[in-house]
Amino acid sequence: MNSLPPISRRAFVIGAAALGGGLSLGFALPARAQTAPVLSKDGIPEINAWVVIKPDDTVVIRMARSEMGQGTITGLAQLVVEELHCDWAKVTTEYPTPGQSVARKRIWGDFSTGGSRGIRASHEYVRMGGATARTMLIQAAANGWGVPASECVAAKSVITHKPSGRTTSYGKVALDAAKLPVPEGVKLKDPKEWTIIGKPMKRLDTADKVNGKKIYGADLKLPGMLTATIKDCPVTGGKLKSFDAAKVMGLKGVKKVVPVGETAVAVLADTFWRAKTALDALPIVWDEGENAKVSSAAIADWLKAGLDAPEAFVGNANGDAKAALAGAAKKVEAVYAYPYLNHAPMEPMNATALYTPDKCEVWVPTQNGEASFAAAVAASGLPADKVEVYKIDLGGGFGRRGGFQDYVSQAVLIAKQMPGTPVKLLWTREEDMQHGRYHPIMQCKLVGAFDAQNNLTGLHMRLSGQSILASVFPQNLDKGKDNLTFQGLWPAGDFAIGYTIPNLLIDHSMRNPHILPGFWRGVNINQNCIFLECFLDELAQAAGQDPLDFRRKLMGNHPKHRAVLDAVAERIGWGKPAAKGVHRGLAQMKAFGSYVAAAAEISVEDGGKAIRVHRIVAATDPLYAVNPAQIERQVSGSFVYGLSALFYQECTVKDGRIEQANFDSFNSMRIAQMPKVESIVMPSGGTEPWGGVGEPTICVAAPAVLNAYFAATGRRIRTFPLKNHGIAMA
Amino acid sequence: MARLTINGKTHDIDVEPDTPLLWAIRDHIGLTGTKYGCGIGECGSCTVHIDGQAVRSCSVPVGAALGKAITTIEGLAVNGVLHKLQQAWIQHDVPQCGYCQSGMLMALAALVAKTPRPTDAEIDKAITNICRCGTFQQVRDAVHNATRA
Ligand code: FES
Ligand code: FES
Repeated sequence: MNSLPPISRRAFVIGAAALGGGLSLGFALPARAQTAPVLSKDGIPEINAWVVIKPDDTVVIRMARSEMGQGTITGLAQLVVEELHCDWAKVTTEYPTPGQSVARKRIWGDFSTGGSRGIRASHEYVRMGGATARTMLIQAAANGWGVPASECVAAKSVITHKPSGRTTSYGKVALDAAKLPVPEGVKLKDPKEWTIIGKPMKRLDTADKVNGKKIYGADLKLPGMLTATIKDCPVTGGKLKSFDAAKVMGLKGVKKVVPVGETAVAVLADTFWRAKTALDALPIVWDEGENAKVSSAAIADWLKAGLDAPEAFVGNANGDAKAALAGAAKKVEAVYAYPYLNHAPMEPMNATALYTPDKCEVWVPTQNGEASFAAAVAASGLPADKVEVYKIDLGGGFGRRGGFQDYVSQAVLIAKQMPGTPVKLLWTREEDMQHGRYHPIMQCKLVGAFDAQNNLTGLHMRLSGQSILASVFPQNLDKGKDNLTFQGLWPAGDFAIGYTIPNLLIDHSMRNPHILPGFWRGVNINQNCIFLECFLDELAQAAGQDPLDFRRKLMGNHPKHRAVLDAVAERIGWGKPAAKGVHRGLAQMKAFGSYVAAAAEISVEDGGKAIRVHRIVAATDPLYAVNPAQIERQVSGSFVYGLSALFYQECTVKDGRIEQANFDSFNSMRIAQMPKVESIVMPSGGTEPWGGVGEPTICVAAPAVLNAYFAATGRRIRTFPLKNHGIAMA
Repeated sequence: MARLTINGKTHDIDVEPDTPLLWAIRDHIGLTGTKYGCGIGECGSCTVHIDGQAVRSCSVPVGAALGKAITTIEGLAVNGVLHKLQQAWIQHDVPQCGYCQSGMLMALAALVAKTPRPTDAEIDKAITNICRCGTFQQVRDAVHNATRA
């Protein structure tokens, strides 16, 4: 019996978010019949989609966004609890499944956890979920007492009837509250009344991370499960030609060798090591295809040609930059380049699938449960109501586990060849390095114009390189233009540039090599901030001005940008002498709705061949700060991610494939290199959309360090990583 | 067959002696707190103690661990009492995603066993674990707080 509508490919294309930030969805989300409200795991009815309250007053808060270390579940719980008035000590959280969400018309909203939007894009409806539940709980108590709800208040899960002093608890009235109609028009608190939002609440998810108890996707065990590991064609666009399973079928523990789609082959065994050993021994023939001729040098040449190409998409323009350059008394020009980068989250890609002809279940660490669901539906070939996805907390995501669900598709395709047996697909680190969704490659030529009085009269910034959207969500392109390419450089909005330049042209010559691009923490602000903020330092130097003064003169119309810059300059002691041998640099940007700035103090050793980063002061204005302690941890962590890239990381292409294989060739900084990070969290409030936290600051560390390196040595480095210049991180 | 002693308990498992200890611990014995991050000794996610020494279990064959006392993150607490570093980790909310933290804690526990109050320089020298979430600042603060109290 199947009364459900068939899967509609166009059922649910969520694509309007192109201007909204880092990640935007473009997959088709299949329709599914509406079902009854979801009971909590132990069968207790919900108050509403967000809140379940158990008889012992335990509060279960449900949320769609994924926890990958960034603290989003704690922050979202703070938002709910602020309005729910329950006891924080009794709060737990759970994930609704994407299948439930689809069945309930996406009642939990967007599952996508990227673009630093876990909190900023959901705070209103999540707070409303808490407020509505509180209203229903109070109403249920009032009904029980036969008094008006207006005479009752709730605090810490206790409801009090003010005139009589009678009390009851949430747990006691929850069953009655669950039966009430959902009230309309509940009012949210004024931010001035907040007592939990804005406080450094302890994370809800720490305890099991220190004792080995926490189960990640890679740790999952199901009865009778096999472990698979996979090799995809090393050259993207190539195909699997053949493999000789007989050569490995006799090896211990090996159960099956299967093709996966047209491009990959997997070995299934009783343990990972046995699967990997057999896969390494398996003779495989690839048809690598045309892309096998591509090298990094060829890509670089192609991008270089784009720096002067006549046609380009315009991302931001005012005045007449070309005329200003033509009439300049003095011109300054520089070319920068930023490489491909792998996300390399600590937990390699994995997914576990159990397929039978009438059901497909998938367990997966994912930044986007709905994208995983869509991939599982497509790969299984089953109708949506026969598919379910269970989200697992991630061992890091950084953008790799959002829109790209290649590992889910693979796991399902493998499990289909082993019906009834759960299969955990776990990639090797080498597979992860070779089959990433890489930070896009980009070059940039900047030309600045000065008049005879050393006033900046114009700037042309030409980007040449890869578009993420063109590859991933082409439906989000704006007449062919990828607006995300211009993150941090927009005329206004979440990624607004912080300078007013009389004649400005920022444009992009789009060039898309075959290497698959993706959303890498911070996305395009990583390179744009280096390009703009290092070049502004070059312009300041050409004008003989202090880098801070030079910037501030261009920032009169951008008070919030200037405020974060001023904050870091003051804290680092800009304008006052630094310790002997210590040099400073600055950078700022607005990204994902937050204003961020950094000031770095470095010294150079070994004749400029090593940089010691002593201290970075970072300011963040997210407008509203939900958990300042977690923001500080995200900021210092983002610098580890960003500085590791600056000093060590690039993915190069040879014979069409990525050359780096593991952390020996794609290094990541260690504790010895960690600078002291001082965070200034300075929420300025207001009515603009809230800013995000996970990504914005990542972009300001690198240019601040590079500008300090120039101050120390007089050398401008314009291509990355620094190891290619023989510069180490001391 | 191989006999391994892990967290004080003896396990007889059917495993090839050249299998990395990491996979014997995870897949044959079923203790999954010890993580796979790189498999080549670079990241430290797989750190365990062998006779009190911190080692990267992905790079030690089972055959080399026979007859030795192996401790994993699951055995770091003694009689249900968390190690002081585990307590400090909770107090400081050190873990972000947490995936690297078993290895981080095991590496640091071995350090403080020998060097009860490590200086920054001693931490820097001994601890070369990768943490992609970048928890180093919190790690350092928590170690100092736990050992200088
Ligand atoms: S997994 Fe052993 S060091 Fe990385
Ligand atoms: S806490 Fe995520 S890798 Fe260290």
